[in-house]
Amino acid sequence: MNAIILSALWGVVMMLGGVFFKKSTTPKYWAIAGIIIILAGNLLEFFGHPFFNVDTKGMLRFDSFGLIFNSIAFISTLLFFLLNGRDFEKIGIHVSEYFSLIFFVLCGVSILSSFNTLLMLFLGIEILSIPLYILTGSEKRNLKGNEASLKYFLMGAFSTGLMLMGIALIYGGNSLGSFYIDAINLGSGHLSVLIGVGLVLILVAMAFKVSAAPFHFWAPDVYDGAPAVVTSFMMTIAKVAAFVAFFRLFSTSFGSMHYQWQTLIVIITAATLLIGNITAVFQISVKRMLAYSSISHAGFMMFTLFALNTTAKEGLLFYAAAYSIATIGIFAVIIKMSDYSIEGFNGLGKRQPLLALTSTIFLLSLTGIPLTAGFMAKFYVLMAAVKDGHQLWLVIFAVICAAISAIYYFRVIQAIYFKDPVPGVNENIAVSQGFEWILVITAGLIILLGILPGLVIDWLYY
Amino acid sequence: MEIKWYIFLSLVLFCIGIIGALTRRNSIIVFMCIELMLNSVNLLLVAFSKMHLTPVNAFGPAMATSAQIFVFFIMIVAAAEVSVGLAIIVMLYRNTRSIDINFLNRLKN
Repeated sequence: MNAIILSALWGVVMMLGGVFFKKSTTPKYWAIAGIIIILAGNLLEFFGHPFFNVDTKGMLRFDSFGLIFNSIAFISTLLFFLLNGRDFEKIGIHVSEYFSLIFFVLCGVSILSSFNTLLMLFLGIEILSIPLYILTGSEKRNLKGNEASLKYFLMGAFSTGLMLMGIALIYGGNSLGSFYIDAINLGSGHLSVLIGVGLVLILVAMAFKVSAAPFHFWAPDVYDGAPAVVTSFMMTIAKVAAFVAFFRLFSTSFGSMHYQWQTLIVIITAATLLIGNITAVFQISVKRMLAYSSISHAGFMMFTLFALNTTAKEGLLFYAAAYSIATIGIFAVIIKMSDYSIEGFNGLGKRQPLLALTSTIFLLSLTGIPLTAGFMAKFYVLMAAVKDGHQLWLVIFAVICAAISAIYYFRVIQAIYFKDPVPGVNENIAVSQGFEWILVITAGLIILLGILPGLVIDWLYY
Repeated sequence: MEIKWYIFLSLVLFCIGIIGALTRRNSIIVFMCIELMLNSVNLLLVAFSKMHLTPVNAFGPAMATSAQIFVFFIMIVAAAEVSVGLAIIVMLYRNTRSIDINFLNRLKN
């Protein structure tokens, strides 16, 4: 409860503060202070000291899984603000409002990690999405941004409609007439028609939100068209939060009928891995390449829904941390550049040795090389699938896809170290001392998590 | 009246909404079709709520009326979406003098 109330309050503070802040750098410091307060509030709740005792009639349930995920999301946001807080000034003059919208998204994230009724699922998804529609189009003169914003909005509203129809059918189909996700009466034997159709509609809507194929077509355009700062945020925290909600809903309410809908998940996972990895190979722009690679990471996270066991739970949390931190790190470097093509990275090793080294670590982690967090994350989700014991070919397929992903990540590393700089492209990348320090800390975090994955997972059994 | 007629009616409305959203090219009409989808869900939820209420179930009438509360939330969220969506469409119109969705696909090349 702490995180939900504090992030909503801080969003209002930042929105009203926009009137009073004179210097354009002030909102950044307020936002960093706010995220630290929210993180502290969330940790206090985790250790058993909630500030607000609101009677939610069981509509929200705060368990260790949700609270740990909240902490991961807030720590990633803190790193994001520390690295790229100043770059919001590139979007436009309303810096304070952009931060306030991000705090509203965080409110949605904390609802999605703790919902216990379908009503709260719906509200959480909407509180997460509506600020993102605005942030995507926040560069008002940029036609690509406008296109991305309209596309994201129409697709998002459409998938909301599908999800609501699914919720209504599930409500009608279960004899208890309940929205509580742990009290949905699925009956015994085969699923009834109403519940089956409702389940498929919710599955499709959630696949839209996490950009899993074949419902991924909006993702590359939106991630490419949005301002790079916003892309970094919505590709990581917003997407992973939708995954947590997906997992929470399907493991709590439909877990008992797991093997009746597992085939659907198999098809979605295989298609997502294949399409994400194959199309990413042909991209010229690094930003667009990372958009496709985020689709392929969604494929790996789908394995947790395929397995739905304890290892899957651990794997989802760890994947969320590894993927968010690595993507925020590589985007922090991209945002500082003016040219997003792979040529823009040429000779970065000579111009900016530190930036080159850290971005290599982030790219290696996204590929899944041992000793980085990305390896352990992939290991956990695949181990969950092996423990489940069905459809083992899918695991082999995923490993092959991870090998394909090395092609496009290593192309960037090759450009960084083995190509000569192109004159006139990204010549003056100006970064401050503080930025470099935080980038090193972020890269250190990636390696630390790769060696000691227990740092995240052991908290589940605290 | 039997519940199945309500289900048929709202599914028909829902399908009209989906077909419209996928085939029309004017972004405001696409948007109206999406609203139609949401409203068909409202109708269905209220009908199901009435269905669950008649034989009062173990959780009492409170459980059955929760769907009617849900409908209010859908209306509120739809209003919030309209305000954001129309703002996006107006922004697009200012820049391109068009609200046609095909125009967007031309931008990609």
